[in-house]
Amino acid sequence: MWPPEVATNPFPVHRKIKMYTKKSTPWLYLAPALTLLGFFLVYPSFHTLYLSFFDKGSNAFVGAGNYIYAFTNRVMLTAFRNNALWVVVFSAITVFLGLVLAVLLDRVRYEVIIKSIIFMPMAISFVGASVIWKFVYAFRPAGAPQIGTLNALLQRFHLPPVAWLIERPWVNNLCLILVGVWVWTGFCLVVLSASYKSIPRQLLEAARVDGASEWRIFWRVILPLLVPTVTVLTTTMAVFVLKVFDIIYVMTNGNFGTEVIANRMYKEMFQFGNFGRSSAIAVVLLVLVLPMMFLNMHRFKREEK
Amino acid sequence: MSEKTSRVLSRGLLHTVIILIAVLWLIPTIGVLITSFRPAQDVANSGWWTVLGNMFNSARLTLRNYNVVLSRLGVGRAFLNSFIITIPATIIPLSIALLAAYALGWMKFFGHTFVFMALIALLVVPLQMTFIPVLRIFNKLGLAGSFPGIWLAHSGYGLPLAIYMLYNSISGLPKELFDSASIDGASSFHTFLYIVLPLSVPIVASLAIFQFLWVWNDLLVALIYLGGTPDVAPITVQISSLVGSYGQDWELLTAAVFISIVPSLIIFFSLQRYFVRGILAGSVKG
Repeated sequence: MWPPEVATNPFPVHRKIKMYTKKSTPWLYLAPALTLLGFFLVYPSFHTLYLSFFDKGSNAFVGAGNYIYAFTNRVMLTAFRNNALWVVVFSAITVFLGLVLAVLLDRVRYEVIIKSIIFMPMAISFVGASVIWKFVYAFRPAGAPQIGTLNALLQRFHLPPVAWLIERPWVNNLCLILVGVWVWTGFCLVVLSASYKSIPRQLLEAARVDGASEWRIFWRVILPLLVPTVTVLTTTMAVFVLKVFDIIYVMTNGNFGTEVIANRMYKEMFQFGNFGRSSAIAVVLLVLVLPMMFLNMHRFKREEK
Repeated sequence: MSEKTSRVLSRGLLHTVIILIAVLWLIPTIGVLITSFRPAQDVANSGWWTVLGNMFNSARLTLRNYNVVLSRLGVGRAFLNSFIITIPATIIPLSIALLAAYALGWMKFFGHTFVFMALIALLVVPLQMTFIPVLRIFNKLGLAGSFPGIWLAHSGYGLPLAIYMLYNSISGLPKELFDSASIDGASSFHTFLYIVLPLSVPIVASLAIFQFLWVWNDLLVALIYLGGTPDVAPITVQISSLVGSYGQDWELLTAAVFISIVPSLIIFFSLQRYFVRGILAGSVKG
């Protein structure tokens, strides 16, 4: 659930002067970490790349066959569309809501309580959140008593019930994305709120004294100062949600046109035992996050200089 | 409209919007909490909100769902498994990361930049890239479906972020501390033990919460490496399989979910300060 790329950010200043020790000492300290990283991340990644050019059981070389499948299969294309939808809608809403709430909450005295409430779902697993929301979306045919909160609300206004998780392609996908938004808005709120509070108050006061409206201050003073944070946060959310799996797995298992890349990879691996296709799909995921990787490395290099 | 009334109105609007959002955020969880205490019959026939109206007279609440879920549906066992998985999977990677971050932060050696660049690159590698080869080796070594297997897997996957964040904090310690330690003749390990460790307590606390929640809430890694072995399955895997077999028994599902979120909510609310500090240290600086 935690995105490792949370760490993609402006880097702090590093000290140049280092301790001098025996040549082997640093490697002793690094050895356990490098062993685990090598075994669990580096070696397998190369092996997966290799396997992606082989067939189902990793015996015969098939060239680009698995990649052709990944980019032409109908379900895969649906998965790409849905992942794009997740990336755009999820990142936009979490960051936007986080920003609005950060600014609004700064103006009330019970800020801390509300922040805790919005932040609380971060402690809940995606599995838990999925069940919680499946219950909100629960659907029964018209006429039966609705026990899902949303359909009960519709019933109250004499509207027909909606099968939230089945109605394709927009209703069900957006309903799934909403679960992710519910969990992650708090994260964006916390980050943006800290960033907002670091803006010198005199700056805002000066604008107010000059007669600028709150609306204008937001657009002309606050937003420009928050742009770096917003950019980092948006890319972080986008890269994180590219790999969304749990919500889909628990709520629809990719049925009714809600498939996503990560769930497809899991199915190819365990349900169909096709290691070639499954590896190719994993490589596609990696390629999609490569720009982020290079951006981080570039930023680190610049900091070091 | 006078300036004052317009001010009062806009304050009123502000409070309304904020409280409305907070209530919307809470409703799904409250619904689940209430449902988990209702008898099956009531849950099937009426919405959870009907309880709110007759809290003190006709509403029937019961602990039976929790009893059923814990003893008969394997949630008790899974809850215990989650702890058995999570605690070592938090301690192991953090200890290893501390050693590595210390070396990266304060020792000069050939290949330093390379190691660090590799670490930065590993931060974003999707775990999907690693499942098939690791699972094959696990199968050969008999580690698939075992606790040590998943401890190691979570340790490996948690390392990049842990080393990175610890490096940021440890490399920022004042240089004078290390100078004076070295003048006093302290070995590198003594310096680690008596200077680095005590000063890293806050960031380690933040990271421990991250790693705990990440492992506790993880579904994918557990599905891959513990897959079809119910006696070692953590609570997330157990709940996701209950969704398949008891999909309409909301009183049971909600009770299981509530059990699963109690430990993380306790950690979250008691250590929220460290949690937030960790997010801010890891993401955006001031």
